[in-house]
Amino acid sequence: MSSNKETFGKTVGFVLAVCVVCALLVSFSAVQLKPLQQANKLLDQQTKILEAAGLLEKAGKDVVKTYNEFVVAKMIDLDSGNFVEGDVLNFDERRNARDKAMSSKPKDDMAGINRRSNTAVVYLVKNEAGSIDTVVLPIVGSGLWNLMFGYIGLEADLNTVKNVIYSDHSETPGLGAEVLNPKWKALWPGKKIYNGAGEVKAMLVKGGAKADDIHGVDALSGATLTSNGVTRTLQFWFGEEGYAPFITKFRAEGVK
Amino acid sequence: MSSDAKKVLTGPIVDNNPIALQVLGICSALAVTSSMANALVMTLAVIFVTAFSNLFISIIRNQIPSSVRIIVQMAIIASLVIVVDQVLKAFSYQLSKELAVFVGLIITNCIVMGRAEAYAMKTPPLMSFMDGIGNGLGYGIVLVIVAFFRELFGVGKLLGTEVLNASPESWGYKHSGLMVVPTGAFVIIALIVWVHHNYTKQFED
Repeated sequence: MSSNKETFGKTVGFVLAVCVVCALLVSFSAVQLKPLQQANKLLDQQTKILEAAGLLEKAGKDVVKTYNEFVVAKMIDLDSGNFVEGDVLNFDERRNARDKAMSSKPKDDMAGINRRSNTAVVYLVKNEAGSIDTVVLPIVGSGLWNLMFGYIGLEADLNTVKNVIYSDHSETPGLGAEVLNPKWKALWPGKKIYNGAGEVKAMLVKGGAKADDIHGVDALSGATLTSNGVTRTLQFWFGEEGYAPFITKFRAEGVK
Repeated sequence: MSSDAKKVLTGPIVDNNPIALQVLGICSALAVTSSMANALVMTLAVIFVTAFSNLFISIIRNQIPSSVRIIVQMAIIASLVIVVDQVLKAFSYQLSKELAVFVGLIITNCIVMGRAEAYAMKTPPLMSFMDGIGNGLGYGIVLVIVAFFRELFGVGKLLGTEVLNASPESWGYKHSGLMVVPTGAFVIIALIVWVHHNYTKQFED
């Protein structure tokens, strides 16, 4: 009869011991790996920003060096479009969005983000001569399953698209996830966001955009909801509740 | 390696395959096989978790009070899965984003609990460890086969590189939508089970 180990005291003691050992194992690995994880996350972000700015090929293996040389991150207040002081390195739009004090509910939540952070970080990219020729703006909006996060790189006129690079999404591989397909990404350079009247006209066109359409890009085959999500994300972030105030100010005043 | 250990290691690869014969671990086999890269990383994760959970459970198998047996097994398996998740996040941020939820769901993978209960609780540590690796490998083979077909016929790629180009104008070939969704995985697994049973001559009466 091995009922010795079945006493209440022994059971509780055993369970506590297992808990302690498991907790030690898990916390040890989490703590030890955290610096590496953060470095990786930062590297991924910098890579995506360089890609949006069209500098990734030039960077090659020196992502960090190229980023530090050409990219300047600045915080802005979305409603006014002004530059503000802030911690650009630890900025997290979604974390701000969860904080009622740092965010607001959009009047027209077309991108399905529920709340929008009141500040944003924009990335000004210099060229070899030292002047700013590209601006990278982070965007976020609902896809089919969950939020999709990306960076859109614009020329200095803040209207012509350089690249649309999605960094995070939960879309179906082969369908919505085709936002990562180089062939689709290649459709974007040169497209215009706004028309002459300042209205947001960029969109994904079901059935394919016409050859002379400067605002439209082919929608994703079999991924209507994802494609609509992308269109609405662009419409929100380039509208009055997104970057439009900043874009107007920047075109007028440049960097302050 | 002793012949016993070898049998334990290689048994689950074909004869006693966890998915094909034991019918365990089907759920994740449906979910993560949309691309071969995902399938390979999942396989490594499952091999690691199953082998080490088998090992640790086997080491304390005579000490575990039977009233808390399942919970203790789960705690050990869960801790190992968390460690794997942390390691993945640290070394390949891209992959961890793609596999996201599924690494965490290894806890629910029946193979891990199944082998812990059925084998590790009754067998010495070294053999249990081998059994864990063997079952992980058996799981992996099925996953890679399913992923091969799903990636090839679903999106025309293998390991990310374009292999089958679908140009409807040229020869009417279109990528298989069925292969992109889990239903396609289900169908392939059924075919694998059928082939497996015929090959190893193991039929249920």
